[in-house]
Amino acid sequence: MSVQTYFNELADHVTSLVSGEEVANLSFGAEDSDFVRFNQSKVRQAGSVQQREISLDLIKGSKHCSGSLTLAGDPEQDRARIGKLVGDLRERRDLLPDDPHLLYSTDPTSSELIKTGSLPSGGDAVSQIQEAGQGKDLVGIYAAGSIYSGFANSLGQRNWHQSENYNLDWSYYHGGDKATKQSYAGFEWDPAGLQAKAARGATQLEALARPSRTVERGDYKVYLTPAALREIMGMLSWGGFGLKSHKTKESPLIKMVEGDARMAESVTIRELTGEGVAPNFQEQGFLRPDAVTLIEGGAYKDCLISPRSAKEYGVETNGASAWETPDSIDMAAGTLSEADILKEIGTGIYVSNLWYLNWSDRNSCRTTGMTRFATFWVDGGEIVAPLNVMRFDETAFRVLGSNLAGLTAEREMILDAGSYGSRETSSARLPGALVNDFKFTL
Amino acid sequence: MIETLSARFQRALPGGIDFCSLRFASERSEFLTVRDGILQPVSLGEDSGVMLTVVHGGGLGYAATSDLSEEGIREAIKRAQSWAERSAGRSVIDFEKIPPSHPQGTYSGPCAEPWESTSLNDKIDLLQGLSKELKIDDAIVTWSAGLGVVWNDTFTLTNGGGRLEQNFSYIFPRLRAVANKGAETESRTFGANAYCQQGGLEVLETLGFKAAPGQIAREALELLTAPNCPTGTMDLLLGPDQMILQIHESIGHPIELDRILGDERNYAGTSFVTLDMFGEFQYGSELLNVSFDPTRPEQMASYGFDDEGAPAAKEFVIEKGKLLRPLGGTTSQKRADIVGTANSRACSWNRPPIDRMANLNVEPGDSSLDDLVKGVERGVLMETNTSWSIDDSRNKFQFGCEIGRVIEDGQIKGVVKKPNYRGVSRDFWRNLKGVGDESTFKVMGTPNCGKGEPNQVIRVGHASPTCLFGDIEVFGGV
Repeated sequence: MSVQTYFNELADHVTSLVSGEEVANLSFGAEDSDFVRFNQSKVRQAGSVQQREISLDLIKGSKHCSGSLTLAGDPEQDRARIGKLVGDLRERRDLLPDDPHLLYSTDPTSSELIKTGSLPSGGDAVSQIQEAGQGKDLVGIYAAGSIYSGFANSLGQRNWHQSENYNLDWSYYHGGDKATKQSYAGFEWDPAGLQAKAARGATQLEALARPSRTVERGDYKVYLTPAALREIMGMLSWGGFGLKSHKTKESPLIKMVEGDARMAESVTIRELTGEGVAPNFQEQGFLRPDAVTLIEGGAYKDCLISPRSAKEYGVETNGASAWETPDSIDMAAGTLSEADILKEIGTGIYVSNLWYLNWSDRNSCRTTGMTRFATFWVDGGEIVAPLNVMRFDETAFRVLGSNLAGLTAEREMILDAGSYGSRETSSARLPGALVNDFKFTL
Repeated sequence: MIETLSARFQRALPGGIDFCSLRFASERSEFLTVRDGILQPVSLGEDSGVMLTVVHGGGLGYAATSDLSEEGIREAIKRAQSWAERSAGRSVIDFEKIPPSHPQGTYSGPCAEPWESTSLNDKIDLLQGLSKELKIDDAIVTWSAGLGVVWNDTFTLTNGGGRLEQNFSYIFPRLRAVANKGAETESRTFGANAYCQQGGLEVLETLGFKAAPGQIAREALELLTAPNCPTGTMDLLLGPDQMILQIHESIGHPIELDRILGDERNYAGTSFVTLDMFGEFQYGSELLNVSFDPTRPEQMASYGFDDEGAPAAKEFVIEKGKLLRPLGGTTSQKRADIVGTANSRACSWNRPPIDRMANLNVEPGDSSLDDLVKGVERGVLMETNTSWSIDDSRNKFQFGCEIGRVIEDGQIKGVVKKPNYRGVSRDFWRNLKGVGDESTFKVMGTPNCGKGEPNQVIRVGHASPTCLFGDIEVFGGV
């Protein structure tokens, strides 16, 4: 039985258990994944994970209670456990007060998206990756397989999202902390694609062999690759775009909303669900629009609004999750040519990756973090030496505002390699950013 | 459950494999939160499954499944065996060189006052009451009181008769007040969620949960009108709810043996610590004593055995400032040929064990808080972590706290906002010049420590007294 058929049977079963005025919202997440971890171009840990999980919200009027459960994948076994869960939730729900902010979809809109892929066997993947690591110190993770998401409610709505993909996230180490970071992710595994990425990493590795340099604290012209810029986007996404964080005054972008802070004209950021790889539905059954413009021409525009925030603050939801964070963030391209970046830097720093960002003053959207992996000192428009790691401390209003010298015309689609609990489906499509007077502090 | 799964495991075991284990983990949870006076959606959680591990021909493979049927277990063993065969001869480790372990034992964490001993409505009433105590002014724009429980039951069976069974209960109390005026927002919390322990509802009394809201709300308001933390090089006095983060990031992670062996270099990072430093390296001043202690029952990561079956024991990792041993479980110890600790842990049934912190504590010294403050001519007392960042070798860090208090001429003066400090791990710990006594010592935890590929988030424990450091670079907000 396919996983989708299994899910549909579960949804029908849950619907059969609902009585009277009750409504059930059922979310489903599953994966069949292979994970192979590498160190020194050898296998460190190899295995597979098969998991099925539901989250069920049982509603009656304005009262509700939810519960989550891992399931076996066998409808017969699982029906009994779901039956018990429904009983437990019903009993608990009746003890709870009304929830004034409960909002769920009552307009059933079903959808289905199945993206099949072409993946190598586990053995072939290991062989090809070890080949890419031959003569080098390769460390990283290969994750591949199918990821499933579903939503159903007792009103008849059914949404299904399934994709078969791979994500090889790895580094080549030169020694110590000097390394180049690569990613090969997608749906159709192609040994030639892996080889091309490996060759690019090997080229950077050669540059890392030069004697490294340490620069003094101070302000430098830097180029942030799309991967580095993604880390800054991650910080902005941490409360920056959600309606709740705006209404509770906790948004790091509060000075854009309440004050006169703004970003550069060239900065437009959208949640572009229509072109991402994440499901376009959420746990209360609302569908997401293809695009929500978050920042337009450097000014704050719209928030991501969960159903709960919509009810609390009296606005329309745009299908955001409870966390109100982007899953498919997209930043408009600029005009700089990636091929000219070293020339554009002139004298400064090429930053491949940033790492471990956090707020040093959330209220002012000021962030600290580190350079990591292949970061180079550039002089005369050429890479001169790898740079020892440096700490920065900067506000997004300078990096993407007053000090932004330009964005690249080329953008990179970065698929999230994260796997806390389960494999991520979020993505980011970003240009690189050339920034003046980027502040390094340690 | 254990007898049922044991019978299925025995029937599913194929002949002729070197080693096979089944690790079952079940985690049940309930979290209650009242935000702005309104009970948030109540959610019950149950997550359970098994991890099958096979060692064969020098390779190791694993397969995790939430299908607990005999067929599900049999299929998982086949997948694990297949991965063991594929990785044999290609692995960092020749697993034939690690003797199979078939441990036996049981462990139960403390729980004097079970979660169910108080009704759901009484718990909600408690949170509603605390919530009201947080809303003391119109400038408090959002506020919340929360309480959660997690029950964790695990057992491990091996093909050689090994059988370990462990049970834990954890309590998570939470409070938060956010104050705002215009574009200025400040918040205070109940120890940034680090006031958490193993046990039942008796933990709330131990941690002073019910008495905490008033001070949290008052301090959030006070921060709104406070000046920025001063900038300069000065003394830094850290309360336990910041010390735990300092220990975690700049001692715990750097001495994890798998990081030193390079496993984490693509994700969590490497370490400035190398194998030759153990037994030789002066990590901090002579006042620094750090223990790996999974035996303090109430602490978050106390247990009887780690997930490779090694019995837990207290060990000093740093004594009088000298680095003695890494945090590394059985597999890492064999790889590095060095003595470590029983800390090979998996976050759940669907992830393999790796080297983690368990409880990592700075031992109390002999200075009272008054003595520590009196010893400061110019400095800042910082409490409650709010920001953490450190490089991938665990050297250059920058941490921020919710609240600071200026100290001048041995006396605590006014509150300052946005206190931050930065430094380099080794230099920082060598500047330790005062360690608080038992009266300043608090047992806390870090509920969300992330590491590993595939990623794992796990609970660790930290306990610490208040500590004083000299010559630290301190600064405030914009």
